[in-house]
Amino acid sequence: MPLFEAVRLAFGMIRAQKLKSFFSLIGAFIGVTFLIGVVTIVNGMDRYMKEDFAGKLFGVNTFTLRYRPFVHVGEEPSREERRALQRRPRLKIADYEALSSELDPRFLVGVESMNQVEAVVGTKRSRSIEVRGVSESYFRIKKIDIAEGRVFSQPEVEHGANVVVIGSEVAEKFFEGLNPIGRTIRVADFPYRIIGVAASQGKIFGFSLDKFIIAPYTSQIERVVNPHLVVDGIIVRAPDIPGMHEARTQVEAIMRMRRHLRPGQENNFHFETADDVLSFWASISRILYTALPALVGISLVVGGIVIMNIMLMAVSERTREIGIRKALGARRRDILRQFLVEATALSTLGAALGILFGIGLAYLVDATTPLPASVSAGSILVAVFLGVGVGVVSGVYPATRAARLDPVAALRFE
Amino acid sequence: MNQNHVLIRTEALTRDYEMGVEVVRALRGVDLEIQRSEYVAIMGPSGSGKSTLMNLIGCLDTPSGGKYWLNGLEVSQMSDDELARIRNKEIGFVFQTFNLLPRATSLHNVELPLIYGGVNAKDRRDRAAAALESCGLGDRMGHKPSELSGGQRQRVAIARALVTEPSIILADEPTGNLDSMTSEEIMKVFADINERRGQTIVMVTHEHDIAAHARRVVMLHDGKISSDRQQTA
Repeated sequence: MPLFEAVRLAFGMIRAQKLKSFFSLIGAFIGVTFLIGVVTIVNGMDRYMKEDFAGKLFGVNTFTLRYRPFVHVGEEPSREERRALQRRPRLKIADYEALSSELDPRFLVGVESMNQVEAVVGTKRSRSIEVRGVSESYFRIKKIDIAEGRVFSQPEVEHGANVVVIGSEVAEKFFEGLNPIGRTIRVADFPYRIIGVAASQGKIFGFSLDKFIIAPYTSQIERVVNPHLVVDGIIVRAPDIPGMHEARTQVEAIMRMRRHLRPGQENNFHFETADDVLSFWASISRILYTALPALVGISLVVGGIVIMNIMLMAVSERTREIGIRKALGARRRDILRQFLVEATALSTLGAALGILFGIGLAYLVDATTPLPASVSAGSILVAVFLGVGVGVVSGVYPATRAARLDPVAALRFE
Repeated sequence: MNQNHVLIRTEALTRDYEMGVEVVRALRGVDLEIQRSEYVAIMGPSGSGKSTLMNLIGCLDTPSGGKYWLNGLEVSQMSDDELARIRNKEIGFVFQTFNLLPRATSLHNVELPLIYGGVNAKDRRDRAAAALESCGLGDRMGHKPSELSGGQRQRVAIARALVTEPSIILADEPTGNLDSMTSEEIMKVFADINERRGQTIVMVTHEHDIAAHARRVVMLHDGKISSDRQQTA
């Protein structure tokens, strides 16, 4: 019997026994749904982290000098290590000034300090808004475009003018329908004049990047964000990746000198780059990818067992049919092929439904949660192979039994 | 070419069944010769071995001893797959319980042996349709067995047996599930294909008036041939 006939026969049988077929393909279905769903989301995260996240949050070819790491990658530090980190000297405005004057002028240097504070405009109030005290270079380093108004000028920074640039969401919240330029906003009980509104920065993982108020680091905001003369981070942007490494080397040398570190002594400051976050993400995705085959494997094994049982049942139910087919000239391999194709059709159908459902699920997650989704062609290919594989493996035993039936006994079977 | 057109020849054919510790000797040495275009009825009480002989002639089973030539080929030593091929090419079965596939249409049921014979789809359809037509079922091709009467089902089965143009039609109690009027009708079909096409027919029955349609009656008793006579219609 040609393969085409066997396939047609198998689908005829699946159509004729819809409910039973549905139950038998559910194992392969769940396994593949899972596979596609998880891979799609992890893959989406991966692309997102590499393409969007790093650039948006850290900026391209940019690193931030901090006195200690914000996030820990890998093992949690011990108490002693944590204490040692706490004891490190903070970064000072003097450090920033030294770096600005000593670094190669190719590199843009900025300063940044942050805090969450209350902001009030008239009767409207927001309990917790991120305020940043920054240098005028900050906007160029972070590529923050201005939608309305302007950024602060160098004289404004030098004189510590109480002016602010606000994020687009802040503008919307406090000045819905009004032009915020020139109006006043009270930040931590001190009035500031709004001189600019930033263009929208978008979102990461559903969190808006437009809820911020930016003031010169020399303004009244200094009291709010950090102890006197202390800054959170010094940001350096290079024109390209080799430049970034060079800048880092220069910054390290300058800082070691300023801190009087002897050769062999460890740095008591930290470079934060997108790599930190990316390597943290890589370790998470590695865990997901190692756990995934086990989870998928379990459901496929269960699915395979279900199919095998259904096929064994089908063989005994259709013993007489097998007898008839044999009497009419079906060879062992014809019967074997018939049942093998049927099992494979079941599991492949399950896998196909699983692929559709998995993609649907991933997009549902994409639409309703901040997790991004991206379907990978590789996972679909793997799913199809798994579907076919499970069918063949679980079909072999029942099909062999069917093929070996004695025609006389099979014909007499009631 | 065999001059006397011997189609079936058996020599001391035996078949034993092991039933636990006991050995049941269903056939105890059968020597039988059937020529082309003969119409033979095999009769005998139950347990006489007629079904066993039928299964051996039909290549559904292999003998424990003795030899069997079908159309000049010794089939008693063939493998399973070779036997399947012989069944497909040389033998057309008609069973007491029809043995049609319940979910398939008449046309598909008749096509079935051609599928296993490797005939292409178009020829298959044409030949199956022609076979059904010749059995008077030209208007029932799309019907499933459950939508047909007993007589019609048996005609579908006969069409299926004829469609491969086999050397022999083997009928096992072909009227066992039919009323007497329908039985007569089916017997006419057999007589017709025997006379007009010269189709060899071997039929197992225990009914004398059915056996009366055949031109030769072989009686089996305790696994041996007890009588073998020609009869005139």
